[in-house]
Amino acid sequence: MSDIACRNLCKTFHQGEEVITALDHVSLDIAEGSFVCLSGPSGSGKTTLLNALGGLDTPDSGEITVGDQRLDHLSRGELADLRLNNIGFVFQAYNLIPVLSARENVEFIMQVQGMPARQCRKLATEILAEVGLAGMEGRRPAELSGGQQQRVAVARAIATRPALVLADEPTANLDSRSAAQLMDLFVALNRDRGVTFILSTHDARVMVYARRLISMRDGKLVSDEVQQPGTMAI
Amino acid sequence: MAVPLAAITTLAWRNLWRNYRRTLIMLLAIALGVWAMIFMSALMRGMTDQMVRNGLNTLPGEVQIHHLNYRRDPSVVNSMAPPEGALLDVLERPPVVAWAGRVRVPAVISSERGSRSVLLLGVDPAAEEALGSLPAEILEGRMLEGVDDRGLVIGASLARRLETELGKRVVIMSQDPDNNVVDRGARVVGIYRARLQGSEDRFVYAGRAVLQEMLGIGEQLSEIALTGDDYRHVDDWYPQIVAAAGSELEVMSWTQLDGFLSSMLATQDGFTLVFMIVVFLVLSFGLVNTLVMAVFERVREIGLMQALGMRPGLILGQILLESLYLLCLGLALGNLLALATILPLASGIDISGVAEGMEMMGMGTTLYPALYLQDMLMSTAVVVVLGLLASLAPAWRASRLDPVAALNKT
Repeated sequence: MSDIACRNLCKTFHQGEEVITALDHVSLDIAEGSFVCLSGPSGSGKTTLLNALGGLDTPDSGEITVGDQRLDHLSRGELADLRLNNIGFVFQAYNLIPVLSARENVEFIMQVQGMPARQCRKLATEILAEVGLAGMEGRRPAELSGGQQQRVAVARAIATRPALVLADEPTANLDSRSAAQLMDLFVALNRDRGVTFILSTHDARVMVYARRLISMRDGKLVSDEVQQPGTMAI
Repeated sequence: MAVPLAAITTLAWRNLWRNYRRTLIMLLAIALGVWAMIFMSALMRGMTDQMVRNGLNTLPGEVQIHHLNYRRDPSVVNSMAPPEGALLDVLERPPVVAWAGRVRVPAVISSERGSRSVLLLGVDPAAEEALGSLPAEILEGRMLEGVDDRGLVIGASLARRLETELGKRVVIMSQDPDNNVVDRGARVVGIYRARLQGSEDRFVYAGRAVLQEMLGIGEQLSEIALTGDDYRHVDDWYPQIVAAAGSELEVMSWTQLDGFLSSMLATQDGFTLVFMIVVFLVLSFGLVNTLVMAVFERVREIGLMQALGMRPGLILGQILLESLYLLCLGLALGNLLALATILPLASGIDISGVAEGMEMMGMGTTLYPALYLQDMLMSTAVVVVLGLLASLAPAWRASRLDPVAALNKT
């Protein structure tokens, strides 16, 4: 999988009699290995754009190409396969499966890919260590802090070796220290593995990590800047 | 793409116990339903078995061989030679368990107080005992001791009607092959009680050789009755007997001889299945409710699975697997419960309080529950098939959730 291209994406929602424009003729190209941050206030269309890029949501019009695949040409099952093998998701709410341990949460998605159980276990343990959760593999989500849960979610997102990680407000529920640690982890994964990261946030401290900062308002792209990445001051 | 079973088996099992109270209640409901299916089937089977066996004792046998004209005119004229050659050979080996040749003629029995029309049976007591067609109980005196026994054994009810008793002489009259009336006096050497009161009035037992001598028919027989190891399988083996008997004799299985009994058996099989389905349909409402609630509570999680890349079919499979776990546990418990309650009743349930009504249905005073493997398998099949069908709707709904809407569900 290589670049991502969006052309003229439009999406509206109906809230009672009110029509809300979530995406308004959005066109965008994102190169492989990028570290992109979508910023903007609530309701600006960041999450809708991320969902559309991940094939979770279908735009009313326009087209999205991820690698060489047009998302509007894929069936529900093919979209699921694309997400399974090429895209990792990290959500604002940690969204772990509560009945599975940290390791099982990570193993689960590899098992869905059809990887042998022994290999899944070994890899899950390694990835959890990589995100700083060595020794916590057997804990259930309820036994982990918010930061730790988000790290498990990240471990799960990268477990399938995706080319693209979509993170929707990943630090919104984290304290500053946990947020900084998570962003450092994202940067390392982007640098070391070449994973493309597209994050949505309205947290200015997170935006500094991005090499490319795209601002949205009322469903439109209002700015698209390349910047020198920095780190969060804790 | 192969189904990644490892991914969904653990998840389905853990999800099952997420709300353990609800799961336990549903489990108990399924177990009780399965128990009810098997227990009631065992009682109904026991009842039917008894009715059929009593019917077969009266016929008697699972297969009968007669002269071609005997059934049209059951007189001594239409008797047959004792079996020999190929027929004797087939009668002496499995699947035939026992056989008996008998003389069976209409007769009149008279005491000094009264006369009754009866069926006079000239029997070989040892062969009849093996066949299981002798009376259930000798109340007074004894059973015949051999084909040459010159006494008579009559039913208790007949004895009352004739106002006679053990040791008294009675006269029996019938017709020989030339239509001459033949008679002889005989002493009542035994009084029996039958499973069915009607049999006590109808059948009088005499030594076969004595009766053959009285009728002047040499060693001729009216019928040969035989039995196998299971009356339900008679249609599998009786064609062998037909082939060995040749075209001069008529061979009929009990299903042909007694249409009522055979249709009752078929009706009972159908009724058992309908009963099981009705019980499970009631249960299925609970099952569907459990799964709908389980899906409703996990909408976000299902959305997450879709976001992670689980195909809709795999989500459907995971919910169905959860249902299958519940059904299998319920089945195991229900079957164990059924075994635990039916096996102690193997010696029978006393139903003498309603014996008169039961006798009209061809039953005795004790009901023996009959536990058949096929009923346990049928209840298992009904529960699994209908259970999975009932689970399809909530599972389908889960697999078709819109992932974005599901993830935003609060």
